[in-house]
Amino acid sequence: MNFDDTPQEAAFRETARAWVAANAPKELEDELASSSLGRIRLKHADIVEVGKAWQKKKADAGWACLHWPKEYGGRGATPIERVIWQQEEGVYGKLTQPFQIGEGMCGPTVMAYGSEEHKRRYLPKLASGEEIWCQLFSEPAGGSDVAGLRTRAEKRGDNWVINGQKIWTSGAHYSDYGLLITRTDPNVPKHKGLTMFFLDMKSPGVEVRPIKQANGMQEFNEVYFTDVVIPDSQRLGAVGDGWNVSLTTLMNERMSIGARLATGFPVMFEFCANLMTESGLAIEDRATRSKLASWAVKASGLKYTSYRAISALSKGERPGPENSIGKLVAGVMLQDIATYAMDLEGAAGVLTGADEEVTQGQFQQMLLTSPSMRIAGGTDEILRNIIAERVLGLPGDIRVDKDVPFNKVPTKGRS
Amino acid sequence: MNFDFSDDQKQLRDQARKFLAEKCPPKAVRVVLDGKETYDRALWKGFAEMGFLGVAIPEEYGGAGAGHLELCVIAEEVGRALAPVPFSSTVYLAAEALMLAGSDAQKQTWLPKIASGETIGTLALFEGTGNPSPKAIKLAAANGVLNGTKKPVADGAIADLIIVAARTASTGRDSDISLFLVDAKAGGVEAKALTNLDPTRGQAELTFTNCKAEPLGTAGEGWSIISQVLDRAAVLTAFEQVGGSDRALEMGRDYALDRIAFGRPIGSFQAVKHMLADMYVSATLARSNAYYGAWALSTNAPELPEAAASARISATQAYQHCGKNNIQVHGGMGFTWEFDCHMYYRRANALALGLGSLSYWEDQLIDRMRKRNAA
Repeated sequence: MNFDDTPQEAAFRETARAWVAANAPKELEDELASSSLGRIRLKHADIVEVGKAWQKKKADAGWACLHWPKEYGGRGATPIERVIWQQEEGVYGKLTQPFQIGEGMCGPTVMAYGSEEHKRRYLPKLASGEEIWCQLFSEPAGGSDVAGLRTRAEKRGDNWVINGQKIWTSGAHYSDYGLLITRTDPNVPKHKGLTMFFLDMKSPGVEVRPIKQANGMQEFNEVYFTDVVIPDSQRLGAVGDGWNVSLTTLMNERMSIGARLATGFPVMFEFCANLMTESGLAIEDRATRSKLASWAVKASGLKYTSYRAISALSKGERPGPENSIGKLVAGVMLQDIATYAMDLEGAAGVLTGADEEVTQGQFQQMLLTSPSMRIAGGTDEILRNIIAERVLGLPGDIRVDKDVPFNKVPTKGRS
Repeated sequence: MNFDFSDDQKQLRDQARKFLAEKCPPKAVRVVLDGKETYDRALWKGFAEMGFLGVAIPEEYGGAGAGHLELCVIAEEVGRALAPVPFSSTVYLAAEALMLAGSDAQKQTWLPKIASGETIGTLALFEGTGNPSPKAIKLAAANGVLNGTKKPVADGAIADLIIVAARTASTGRDSDISLFLVDAKAGGVEAKALTNLDPTRGQAELTFTNCKAEPLGTAGEGWSIISQVLDRAAVLTAFEQVGGSDRALEMGRDYALDRIAFGRPIGSFQAVKHMLADMYVSATLARSNAYYGAWALSTNAPELPEAAASARISATQAYQHCGKNNIQVHGGMGFTWEFDCHMYYRRANALALGLGSLSYWEDQLIDRMRKRNAA
């Protein structure tokens, strides 16, 4: 048990560190460092633009998607080298936000199911950030129940014609390509009639509409498809095998370890260490200390859980399912931390933005954004089901729609 | 980076698990639980023969000289099996105190006997209600004798070697406290067994009356040694707690798979599944924090105090959580004496208090984090 780099790892770290020092956009360092949650918004620059510039620079020097094979735009790096890179990239890693869905989910799916031609055409540009990908899975009728999706794909000659609607698509408005799961056969049970495609987001009939969120921001979209044509050559996996293909995508999401999960703890600790209350510094208060200690061990527990996964990876083992706990722990924690920080501020905790004097509304923003952390990418409840079923081996839910043809599944409750 | 135990250490864990499965089934734990024995003597002897007692004691003092990582994996199995032996008081407290502060002669005298199972040791720290604090220590040492009372003392009624925290001055500083070593067989100390939450690990009141004692470590450094011993014991105990948490979770899981209600296994109901998933989350966080503590302990890293407090808090929370929800998953049967759930519940709550309670360690952690941030 040790935290030391091997000589090779140390040499790799040195190279990475030197490159970051020489090339990173240092003017953004402070701003990136102080942003602790959710989408990054820069004061004087557009995150997509700045991100693309950083990603391209990295790609040209061999630092983009470095665990991918070289011929697809990567570096052929080992998993541990990838982690070292993430550590050295540090705050600038936040600039990669627009590319994370492509890199973490769409890319690996294309890599597993795309033709050689597709891989050589699309992956290097995905890796370099020149082309951004989004993931079109969720629908109004299929959130947690992804396989309940209704977007239809119908075969016409060598093409497929798509009609339907997706929702909660991050970055659809700036994406060039999308990974799309559709229903190709409504006459078979729901998991069996799905097929995966990728498409050009500029295709005629694709309409992207931003969603105004509960926190006032607009980061997600609805995407409407009206007679959108996709060539059969852009199908990923067999017709009717879309569910299995989507599992590859989702598995990769969970495998993307070392992902930076915000817990809110470091800012909360600083806040409590400096906030003067009627009875002294907040951090001197017994009740506050108890809460801080509980959050501290959750944050450190998540950190060292990811170290355990990295160790498994570096030994060539598949990381265990421990990593599935990350978002489940972090989401609730953000919400609890925000609520308690505001409680400490008293009546002034109601103020937001620059009107809140202590942190310029940081915790208020966290409060309003944190509900999405408990929903996006698998709700807390779905994550608990995953842990219970895949890790602990408990029975799956009784699914009344499992063996029923999809077009016979009820669609409304009371009405 | 390699944030995992080595293959040899994992092999040792398997060996310990196999040994304990055979020699320490719940039936054996119940012999002590029911008060028929004060501890499992045969198992204790087996621990000595397997080399578990001296695994972290250097070879020159009769141990195996393996190290603390090896001790951690054994501690996990001890916790998992609820071993009713004075392992923690002897190995985590007495042996650690001797290794940290003992003179060569003291180590030569006692460590080989600990490794061989001949000597049961403990640390007499508490004097009634309250958490570890130099101010709480009233027991007086003067002219080589001790006078006063300690309670609760883990395994105090069966201990041969007692390390006693005593007051040697009254300036209000930590340096008022010194440590002493008492040979219980030499007289001057009277033990009274106390009833406690977890009868598989005894608690006692020890009364010292002009009891002859020899100093352990430098006079006035008692509190500093105790703090270090508590940090070390916190990491080792965390492994016991992690082992217990895992076992309680498994018991709950197994019962949820077997028990049918409303025509289906209760483990198919989300209310039960989610309870078990949350137990898994707690146990996983605790294990990861304990691993970090193990690393800090085995390398004597400057991070040890903070890592130990984190490991202690996380493991305490996890075991209490898994212990109580294991009963909940079992429903009414979980509340019977016959089912083993209450033994884990008892152990979880007893371990939560033994080295100072959760609130004490929360304070320690926050103080230590502030110190690091200020540095």
